[in-house]
Amino acid sequence: MIPACPLRSLPRGEAFRLDVEPPIAVFHTEDGEIYAIDDTCTHQDASLADGWLEGCEVECPLHASKFDLRTGQVDAPPAKLPVRTHRVVVEDDTIFVVPSDAPANLPPGVAVRCQGAA
Amino acid sequence: MRTVAVVGASLAGLSAARALRDQGYDGGLVLIGDEPHRPYDRPPLSKEFLAGRMSEADLALETETEDLDATWILGAAAEALDPGERAVRLGDGRSVRADAVVIATGASARTLPGTERLSGVHTLRTLDDARALRADLAGAGRLVVIGAGFIGAEIASTARTLGLHVTLVEPASAPLAAAIGAEMGAVVAGLQAGQGVEVLCGTGVREVTGTARAAGAPRVDGVILTDGRRVPADVVVVGIGARPGVGWLAGSGVDVGDGVLCDATGATTLPGVIAVGDCAAWFDPAAGSHRRVEHWTGAVRRPAVAVRALLAGASAGSGSDIRPPEPPYFWSDQCGTRIQFAGHARPGDEITVEEGSLADRSFVAVYRRGDRPVAVLGIDLPRPFTRWRKRLAADALRSPAPAA
Ligand SMILES: Cc1cc2nc3c(=O)[nH]c(=O)nc-3n(C[C@H](O)[C@H](O)[C@H](O)COP(=O)(O)OP(=O)(O)OC[C@H]3O[C@@H](n4cnc5c(N)ncnc54)[C@H](O)[C@@H]3O)c2cc1C
Ligand code: FES
Repeated sequence: MIPACPLRSLPRGEAFRLDVEPPIAVFHTEDGEIYAIDDTCTHQDASLADGWLEGCEVECPLHASKFDLRTGQVDAPPAKLPVRTHRVVVEDDTIFVVPSDAPANLPPGVAVRCQGAA
Repeated sequence: MRTVAVVGASLAGLSAARALRDQGYDGGLVLIGDEPHRPYDRPPLSKEFLAGRMSEADLALETETEDLDATWILGAAAEALDPGERAVRLGDGRSVRADAVVIATGASARTLPGTERLSGVHTLRTLDDARALRADLAGAGRLVVIGAGFIGAEIASTARTLGLHVTLVEPASAPLAAAIGAEMGAVVAGLQAGQGVEVLCGTGVREVTGTARAAGAPRVDGVILTDGRRVPADVVVVGIGARPGVGWLAGSGVDVGDGVLCDATGATTLPGVIAVGDCAAWFDPAAGSHRRVEHWTGAVRRPAVAVRALLAGASAGSGSDIRPPEPPYFWSDQCGTRIQFAGHARPGDEITVEEGSLADRSFVAVYRRGDRPVAVLGIDLPRPFTRWRKRLAADALRSPAPAA
């Protein structure tokens, strides 16, 4: 379980990027739900925390793929693969993330870069 | 409607085919493309693919499980559209009858007259072009890029990361000036120079020179500029824009100007024929004129609008649910930065930095005409950029276009 940020520092409608490898995006929806998904779009190298949050969906800031925050599924192309979702725990006014142990669907250029750095 | 033929099997054609199926069309669907390849994505050709960070398989636009229930005719060019028969005639003699036709033939790279006889001179539009350029750059030391539009500027930047000595030559006063204006273009010139690209603006090319070889075509060896300077080169890329693929429409009754002339929903002058993507010049109510938009996002989003009008039939043309097209949007990756732009810039627009700073090379700048925001540029600040882009789109929807 990784501490992400204090709950009060993440108002509704906002997102936070957790700098783990690969990074995780934490969203606080207008309805008050908190979700965590992989931050890197599965299409190309863009940060979903920078995206456009609408309901339970985030639109990628680069080519407008849409991902369902609850399931990670692609709701609109060009992305073809889902992002992973991560479990969120809120304790003592702090948001914690439990990273998924499934393999991440990193986009082509990024996957090569991460492997190269390893 | 029993059969729809889509001519041009790339981004806009595929998006139109998807839109037809998404919107419930269940008749015959034929996609015709002159390239031998399944639809692939072009933007990486000047970026990740050229740099070797993306493979050909990564460029595929279709998903593995996607099934459009379509007939694909690849490697065959459409040569004519016969309005009477409502048939697309192919170069190999075949003919495809269709009740409706989607024109999605894109654009092809402009060439520099006189350079065709030289080896080592490239343009970049197709996968085959990109393979050839990538192979040629691998053994080269010096690259000259003629034209600092998006594709030229991106190739210059990618080639720098590959270790080449790069000169970027542009007759206008700054890179990307036609799209983002000279003032912000100068910022991009700074990014390019900072990365080690030699940027020569305000000068054209008088001649591309070559050396005769024992066998084969003469090999390019340099460029002579209009001011008389000579720049040596092992490889030259010509990035001077693209020409819409409309030649095959001659005699079809489809009106053509700079691209296929369409109304604000993509309908051409021939009933049952629509045009989308880089080849299409849709009427823009806000500008009061036709405008050809050559960006990826337009090729993805506009087909759904055109297909809706097509399926609704003639009644759609006067419908009240016709929305003005959303402001064009594009991105460009160069010099390790991400450039994003939405809207239309014109000389004389007032430009203010709304967030970040020019000095940090990370900012959002808004272009205003009168008091009205008309365009937004973002450099490495995607979040505030996206907010401005959404705002421009909402403004465009809300305020009716000025009467033409
Ligand atoms: C190197 C490069 C980098 C780019 N980078 C960006 C970017 O960073 N951001 C951005 O927004 N946009 C970018 N673009 C632009 C974007 O790729 C285009 O807007 C998009 O490809 C347009 O799609 P289209 O289907 O309309 O046309 P095209 O992709 O040109 O496809 C048209 C297809 O029709 C075929 N065709 C033509 N004539 C015929 C015929 N008579 N019969 C049958 N088939 C025919 C062509 O061979 C082609 O396959 C880039 C383009 C290139 C070339
Ligand atoms: S990078 Fe997210 S849609 Fe392309």
